[in-house]
Amino acid sequence: MSQTIAVVFLAIMAIGIFLCLLRMLRGPTAPDRAVAVDTMTTTVVALLVLLGFVFKRYVYLDVALVYSLLAFVGLVAIARFLERGI
Amino acid sequence: MDVFGVAITGVGIIFLFLGNFGVLRLPDVYNRIQAGTKCTTLGAFLTIVGVGIMEPAWLWKALLIALFVLVTNPISSHAIARASRKSGVSLCDRSVVDKTKDFEEFREKT
Repeated sequence: MSQTIAVVFLAIMAIGIFLCLLRMLRGPTAPDRAVAVDTMTTTVVALLVLLGFVFKRYVYLDVALVYSLLAFVGLVAIARFLERGI
Repeated sequence: MDVFGVAITGVGIIFLFLGNFGVLRLPDVYNRIQAGTKCTTLGAFLTIVGVGIMEPAWLWKALLIALFVLVTNPISSHAIARASRKSGVSLCDRSVVDKTKDFEEFREKT
């Protein structure tokens, strides 16, 4: 029962990620795109955990943890680059 | 226990979707940062904790991921906001308060 509802939740999250993707393609300035990528990343972390619940695989939690860590480091590097160059 | 976890996950999904919608619809970089960080942090926290409640063997690692998201998301959004302000992205036309400009004028005067 909860598996079926989780699949519906995954569909809603996929629509949200698509909206962020539109903003990333359209955004007028570079920080717009960075913010869209940050939002997309956090949504994808939640989506990976829920996907692990649907497939009953424990490994997906490790994937989500490493993905959130790498995204944090990458976004701070992008912010430093925007602020004062390389 | 299952119904409780599904309810918490559903509230988190609603917050996540509202955050993504706000990133698309709001007029300005700073408004988009506000929508894309606050809503998404709470939404991801509730979703991950809800999955941990639905599957009690996963609870500790789910709490670890949720705590990590809760700590790192405000830091990265603050870094992006500071970088966009320093690189000269202007506010939208309808914004009323600009504390950074007030502070710069104050520092010029004194």
